[in-house]
Amino acid sequence: MEVACSVFLGPERSYMTILEFSLLVCGSSLLAGLVGALTGLGGGVVLVPLLSLLFKVDIRYAIGASLVSVIATSSGAAAAYVKEGFSNIRIGMFLEIATTLGALLGANLAARVSTHAIAIVFGVVLLFSAYFSRKPRSQAERDVPPDPLATRLRLNGSFPDADGPRSYNVQHVPTGWALMFGAGALSGLLGIGSGAMKVLAMDQAMKIPFKVSTTTSNFMIGVTAAASAGVYLNRGYIDPGLAMLVMLGVLAGSLLGARILIKVHTKWLRLGFSLVIVLLAIEMLYSGLSGRI
Amino acid sequence: MLPERSWSDQRIENLLGNLLRVGVLLSAVVVLSGGVIYLLRHGQSAVDFRVFRGEPEDLRDLRGIIRDSLELRGRGIIQLGLLLLIGTPVARVAFSIFGFAKVRDRMYVVFTLIVFSILLYSLLGSA
Repeated sequence: MEVACSVFLGPERSYMTILEFSLLVCGSSLLAGLVGALTGLGGGVVLVPLLSLLFKVDIRYAIGASLVSVIATSSGAAAAYVKEGFSNIRIGMFLEIATTLGALLGANLAARVSTHAIAIVFGVVLLFSAYFSRKPRSQAERDVPPDPLATRLRLNGSFPDADGPRSYNVQHVPTGWALMFGAGALSGLLGIGSGAMKVLAMDQAMKIPFKVSTTTSNFMIGVTAAASAGVYLNRGYIDPGLAMLVMLGVLAGSLLGARILIKVHTKWLRLGFSLVIVLLAIEMLYSGLSGRI
Repeated sequence: MLPERSWSDQRIENLLGNLLRVGVLLSAVVVLSGGVIYLLRHGQSAVDFRVFRGEPEDLRDLRGIIRDSLELRGRGIIQLGLLLLIGTPVARVAFSIFGFAKVRDRMYVVFTLIVFSILLYSLLGSA
């Protein structure tokens, strides 16, 4: 608390009241949600480092609160996407078997491993998400023949395009499923949506069109996070006083972000946000390795 | 794909979208009301999230959360709102079971039932 305390209140007071803390955390969460929505990177990845490094909240409380906010933003966004007809509910449901099983594993791991280990894994995942946010996405046309397994599972679909519906064929189902299990485990362990890894599994491995991948990923994030949130709640890792601030702040920020999305030039914002993520990653790694978290 | 089936799919997706929106809005309102009560009563106390103690028993399960909410305790009401939020994707999955059953997609009814059981296990059985 000293860091946040001396920054915001000056050196003469050594404690912070719940009201002051609430306003600061709610404001930070709003900003994280706003930037997360504007850059498309999601606010979840910066929330846990922010809470544990700046506000010195125990990382398990921070993860519990972040999970709750992930459910709120993904459900809010998914509500808009399913109506547009981009997300594929069959792909989503089939892969949710993998992500929810992974989430149970991750949430149970979170209770068993040390907070240092969680901080270190978090740092590594932050570095990866910064890297992937800089990587240009594949725009190539995909004219691939139907895969027998994907056809049996009825995963192939179509989405609305400028000139009518365009169909696509899904590939490499087992690889995608395994990656999704990993994404779910990270989500449960770290309290993030792990949207980047879900998109990676669908877009890169399963060759699903990018727009379908991102919207379906968003659709799945809420269910994945709900699977681990149940475990966190039962274990007493979800503190209402903290979770309400993060949930309401991030939700308000992301709704605001969705409204002004079109007007902002996001290139520099993405670059800046990636830099913040790298800095937080280094700080998380350092804190974890030196045993301060 | 038959036009009739895609119409049904589209209809299901619209209903799902509305379900998600209502769930998130409702939980946000409940969490906010609990938060206001909590801050009015405890806003001036010193904050301490630094040491991890875990939440008391009554904030961990459904029965305790409902009892606390009925007594108009701020933290209990917030927790009830958070439970509604966690329940929203679960309700979405439950609803999808009926959706897939309606278009006679037996394979996906089974897939959805698996996801639903995993979610129920996490909420009720993982204590």
